[in-house]
Amino acid sequence: MNLLHLSLAEQGIFVLAALILLASFFLIAQVRLVAAIHSFAWQGALIAAVTFLVAGVQNTPHLLVSAVLTLLLKAIGIPWILHFLVRKMGLEREMERLQRPALTLLVGTGLVIFSYWAVLPIERLEFGATRNIIAISLAVVLLGLWCMVARHQVIVQVLGFMSMENGLFLAAVASTKGMPLVVELGVAFDVLVAAILFGIFFLQIRENLTTLDADRLNRLSEKEER
Amino acid sequence: MTSVHWVLVLPAVGIFVLAGIPSLAVAGWLNLLLTFAELLAALALGWQVKQSGVLVLPGFYIDAFNVYLVALTTFVGFTTAVFSRPYMAELVDKGLLSRRRMRLYHAMYQGFLLTMLLALTTNNLGILWVSIEGATLATVLLVSLYRTPEAIEAAWKYFILCGVGIALALFGNVLVYFGAQPVVTHPEDGLTWSLLYPYAEHMNPTVMSMAFVFLLVGYGTKVGLVPMHFWLPDAHSEGPTPVSAVLSGLLLNVALYAVVRLKMLASPAILAADLPDLPGLLMMGFGLLSFSVAVLSLHRQRDIKRLFSYSSIEHMGLMTFAFGMGGPLATFAALLHMLVHSLTKSAIFVTVGHATHIAGTQTLEQIRGLIRVQPGVGWGLLLGVAAIAGFPPFGIFTSEFLVLSATIQHWPWLTGILLVGLGIAFAGLFRQIHPVVYGPAPEGQRPVRANMLPVLIHLLLVLWLGLAIPGFLAGWLNEVTQLLVGEGLL
Repeated sequence: MNLLHLSLAEQGIFVLAALILLASFFLIAQVRLVAAIHSFAWQGALIAAVTFLVAGVQNTPHLLVSAVLTLLLKAIGIPWILHFLVRKMGLEREMERLQRPALTLLVGTGLVIFSYWAVLPIERLEFGATRNIIAISLAVVLLGLWCMVARHQVIVQVLGFMSMENGLFLAAVASTKGMPLVVELGVAFDVLVAAILFGIFFLQIRENLTTLDADRLNRLSEKEER
Repeated sequence: MTSVHWVLVLPAVGIFVLAGIPSLAVAGWLNLLLTFAELLAALALGWQVKQSGVLVLPGFYIDAFNVYLVALTTFVGFTTAVFSRPYMAELVDKGLLSRRRMRLYHAMYQGFLLTMLLALTTNNLGILWVSIEGATLATVLLVSLYRTPEAIEAAWKYFILCGVGIALALFGNVLVYFGAQPVVTHPEDGLTWSLLYPYAEHMNPTVMSMAFVFLLVGYGTKVGLVPMHFWLPDAHSEGPTPVSAVLSGLLLNVALYAVVRLKMLASPAILAADLPDLPGLLMMGFGLLSFSVAVLSLHRQRDIKRLFSYSSIEHMGLMTFAFGMGGPLATFAALLHMLVHSLTKSAIFVTVGHATHIAGTQTLEQIRGLIRVQPGVGWGLLLGVAAIAGFPPFGIFTSEFLVLSATIQHWPWLTGILLVGLGIAFAGLFRQIHPVVYGPAPEGQRPVRANMLPVLIHLLLVLWLGLAIPGFLAGWLNEVTQLLVGEGLL
């Protein structure tokens, strides 16, 4: 596949996809809580941009709806809710020391390579241009998962969770022109409810454990005498 | 409106009405009434499907497979509501729950039933995903109802693990949609079951195997398959007991239903390409692993609700194994097992709820001599455990016997693992439960007001299914088997 043979719009989609992947790495490496929320918001905005682009090229009006929805929800709504919570709990200056920054990012790189390897069978299909996008979206999903494993701050873990959803959305939009509208509306609704629930949980965890460190959530196990 | 719509509209209305009713007594009875009406609507739907075969309405697809689960879901939903009304009222009297929290509880109970019924009846694989995620959100609120640190932690783990799992399932859905594009005429139809299933053989086998791996891991998290099962014992032990009953009896079934549906879609494409049946083998592997890990874990439990949640993992593993094995005998057995396990397990959780009220604790070592204190609860627990451990004449014996026969037929060398596992599970359950029901009662345990009617009905049904499966039900299960594997058993 030669990049120069692609249309301008397709090249644009690739560039945006690369930036989305970069945002995932930012999310993993940001030690400051507020900065991590910002990188998540940027990722949402980039996803919305991809959706706009695909909607324009393919002339599919229902994608415009989901693009607007993504922009409102992932780039503005959820980051705003999280910002509000962070301010309410007085965590603006909260920093989390990464245990092994170099190793964490190297594992992230390994995940990207793994994603490209995992989608190799799809490469041999006729729709060639999309395998890149599927690889990147799988990488964003896995990086979100890795973010939840590597970080201990509960809010950052939730950001990782939400960025997994971003990767899935990218896969749906860029490889198949978006899922049916009713499905996308349902998914968006679930994400919104999940974000609100997460907010409730932050307050509960904070109230009960006086910290938002996930390592403290360790009461339930078989061995312990309770 | 047809009966499908009634099945869904009733719980949807219930969410809003019950959220707004301040009186606890009224809300409890209304919850009961609504679940009863849902049961009647589900039975009407079953009758309709029996008369007309497959029912395809705009947005809904109902065949013998899901209508049988709809009936089961509404039935257990109803009997659990019967149990929950006085049980939860007692908790409010003790001051463990506020009245406002109870409004949330009732609303979410109906919300949970709505999402599960929607997952079962929908014709769209995307909506199936949305409603299973919705069921997670509803039950997260139910699990965290007590707001103790333990409950919060359990709900958080449940939320995160199932959220991640279900996100992977969404990726699988995207891949299915991607793989369906060449075979459907209109791209929008790529997730519509009734349009997709007839062309299952023509889908791309590579994409479908990859999609199935993601879907199995994703929905498998909700089934409670090892190693994605860590949320399950926590959520069962820290949530209110009626919630444990519906989680074990219903939610796990619905998640397994999703896995089986997608296997129906993925297997033909893979078999048509002369590749080994990856979906079936994966389900067998995960099922057997869950079964083995769960039976060993039964021995080291200290909490009575954790004990039975591991038993749920064991049985879900066995069902997944049987569905994965395929063939009419194993599939029939798995369907029967789904039915009897739901009935027995929800009965057990109801009894356990009363037992924990009698003893005032969930710790196994402190619950003693139940038969002396309150014979109804003690005997209920003993018979329930006998049923779940697979004692003849109860129905679980029949279904496990069928699973074993199918295994001897197709995978003889796995029979040993199953037999030993069932033996270990039996020993684990009885070692723990024997002192709980027999022996002298410690000071301070006194009888509670217990409504054992749901338990009695469930156990009698399981007994009936073990002694003689009624003709219409056997015919029905046979029809489902035909639908799933192409040939019937009878």
